[in-house]
Amino acid sequence: MNSKSANKITYQIPVGPIHPALKEPVQFEFEIEGERIIDVDVSVGHVHRSVEWAGTRRNPIQILYLAERICGICSYCHPMAFSLATERAAEIDVPERAQYIRVIHQELERICSHVLWAGVAAHEIGFDSVLFLTWQIREKALDLTEYLTGNRVTKGITMIGGVRRDITKDMYPKIMEVMKYFKDNFEKIRKIFLDDKTFKLRTQGCGILTKEDALKLCACGPTTRASGVKKDVRVDQPYFAFGDLDFDYITPDILTGEVNGDVYDRIIVRLLEVKGSIDLIEQCLDKMPSGDIVSEEKIAKILSILKKVNGEGIGRMEAPRGEVFHYVKYNGNESPHHWKVRAPTYNNILPWIPMLKGNQIADIPIVAASTDPCMSCTNRVAIIDNGKKYQLDKQKLYELSVEKTRRLMK
Amino acid sequence: MDLAVVTQAALITIIGAIGVTIFGIVFGLFYKGIDRKLSAHMQGRIGPPLKQPFLDVIKLFTKENIVPENAISWIFNLVPLIGLVTTISILLYLPIAGFDPLLYNKGDLILILYLLIIPSLSMVIGGFSSGSPYTTIGAQREMATMIAYEFPLAIIIISIAWKLSIDGVSNVFSLSSIIAAPIWSTVGPLGFIGFIILLLSLIIVTPAELSKIPFDSPEAETEIAGGILAEYSGRNLAMFYLTDGVKTIVMASLIVALFFPYNLSPLLGLESYFAFSIDIIFYLIKVFLVILFSVTLIRVAIARLKIDQIVYTYWVPLTLLSLVGLICIMWDQTIMTNFGLEPLFEMIGLI
Repeated sequence: MNSKSANKITYQIPVGPIHPALKEPVQFEFEIEGERIIDVDVSVGHVHRSVEWAGTRRNPIQILYLAERICGICSYCHPMAFSLATERAAEIDVPERAQYIRVIHQELERICSHVLWAGVAAHEIGFDSVLFLTWQIREKALDLTEYLTGNRVTKGITMIGGVRRDITKDMYPKIMEVMKYFKDNFEKIRKIFLDDKTFKLRTQGCGILTKEDALKLCACGPTTRASGVKKDVRVDQPYFAFGDLDFDYITPDILTGEVNGDVYDRIIVRLLEVKGSIDLIEQCLDKMPSGDIVSEEKIAKILSILKKVNGEGIGRMEAPRGEVFHYVKYNGNESPHHWKVRAPTYNNILPWIPMLKGNQIADIPIVAASTDPCMSCTNRVAIIDNGKKYQLDKQKLYELSVEKTRRLMK
Repeated sequence: MDLAVVTQAALITIIGAIGVTIFGIVFGLFYKGIDRKLSAHMQGRIGPPLKQPFLDVIKLFTKENIVPENAISWIFNLVPLIGLVTTISILLYLPIAGFDPLLYNKGDLILILYLLIIPSLSMVIGGFSSGSPYTTIGAQREMATMIAYEFPLAIIIISIAWKLSIDGVSNVFSLSSIIAAPIWSTVGPLGFIGFIILLLSLIIVTPAELSKIPFDSPEAETEIAGGILAEYSGRNLAMFYLTDGVKTIVMASLIVALFFPYNLSPLLGLESYFAFSIDIIFYLIKVFLVILFSVTLIRVAIARLKIDQIVYTYWVPLTLLSLVGLICIMWDQTIMTNFGLEPLFEMIGLI
């Protein structure tokens, strides 16, 4: 068998950095035999924008708006994770009402993101009707976002120590109306994605990520939960008001009773998460206590507090795509001494390799899309020396990280 | 005298050929516009205006024609033309708008089957000659698709010809004789079901013949960036675009000629130019309905299949389906002629 396959001629196809299957630049080098993928190499680093560097030259309030622009879809998670890190570093207490409002916005973002993803997934397998149908539903979520925050995409709602806008009682009917709309349409979407024959043909059994691989490669978010790994920051280390809310891990076996770790399971997880998010928003509206929405209203005062901070903080959040992680260190200056962002896609790049190997060329778009990659969030470093791009090996990276830790400790 | 008749016939053929070419291109693009508009409405979009395909072609013809560095340029430039010319030439053998085929005594269904392969084949050759991995994959897939759908297509054509030969028609593969004796009128209830099954199979073969979703994996834009057409631009791409439009008319006309060769004018007792215009309109409506069911509805309703799934679909379920159709027609012949309707019902257990 081995000698037979050795005789077969393989060829390479490049996918990316610019390719219709990819919404953002990332490069795959495929080794193909016939229609089957033998090997794959992924390289990233095409959209590095020096966000962290820019952050260390701004004050924390300005960073909130910079962080919003790390990613177009997780435009709430990044500033929120940064403000969680900052609150921890400065020991600022967030009022309880603000915690609930933060949950509402986060879950609304999750609905937006997952429904958008569902449309993209449908487009990747050539089912454009579903793309337009799902995006019509997403439109309602965007309208609600606009109603609650004043913006449709970059929400501008985050403030260190709380949120910038309250959700008042007279807003409830509109929120409930949209939630009802989602619930009514949920069954329709579920039917299309989980019962449609062509959807099943294209998604079942393709792009399998085993539980072992998911654990070994530290996958996060729906990608890992679809492989049966129970990992969700909202449950593991509750932040905001999640500790008070009734919520559990979402894995595909809730619906089907088994875990395959294929694209179909990832669809199930995301669909169930949308349902879970609707439920969480309703719980928040029920339980939300009255009170302040921000610990300190005057921005100048917050800035003056933060100027005196000498310490570090970590902000972890469950973004729609997985765990987002922000580290920030203040040393008594106006701007943070260091700011580090780790977006969920960073963890979900390596799982692509076991997912793609052995599949067909036709599976590339849907498998690549199934982790919901967001390259703009992920790209943290591009090393260019005299106009030449080079990569760092493990040893060099280790030396550099030790060097950096020493520098930070000073 | 004799010479005059020959010249006149030749002149009619030439003018007719030009007319058919213009008809094929204009209506091919027009139906493409309708298809795009309708599918847009089905998907909840507004969609482009009806004239968009015409604008697209005009734009493409004014654009630069880029030939890739590692392409074999003469083949690369030649095949789009071959594709377009052969597709238009099929129209000459098909009855259009109630008129007899322009070359009715020169070719038959078998020739049409062969000619139908050439546009796809020219795309395959163009794909291989482009010298790009995407086009090569696309060309391989197109070949696999062709091999897949030819089998059920052949069964459908053979079934119809076989039925005609049983009925004692002399030239069974000639389209004129099929039109003269519409197939529905020659069979009993079981044969009727058989022909409906065959029609269904032919409607499912059509999207593959035209490289439309769900059978568009040779061109799958999200996978291989347009596949066969990835390297084509400008004039050459415009010609493939036109080929696609004309081929849609060809497939629709073939289905109309095989299964719905009826005209309205004899029914209404009309004559002369009025009859012609009614027949033309009726034919256009028939073509529209065929395109609606075989292209537009299918392509908005399902996702793209993988190449192995396409080959499986055609070789197993669809071949079986058309064989069932063939068997129905055969049984219709033997059972109906020998026993009549009642024993049949008895056999299925209705009585």
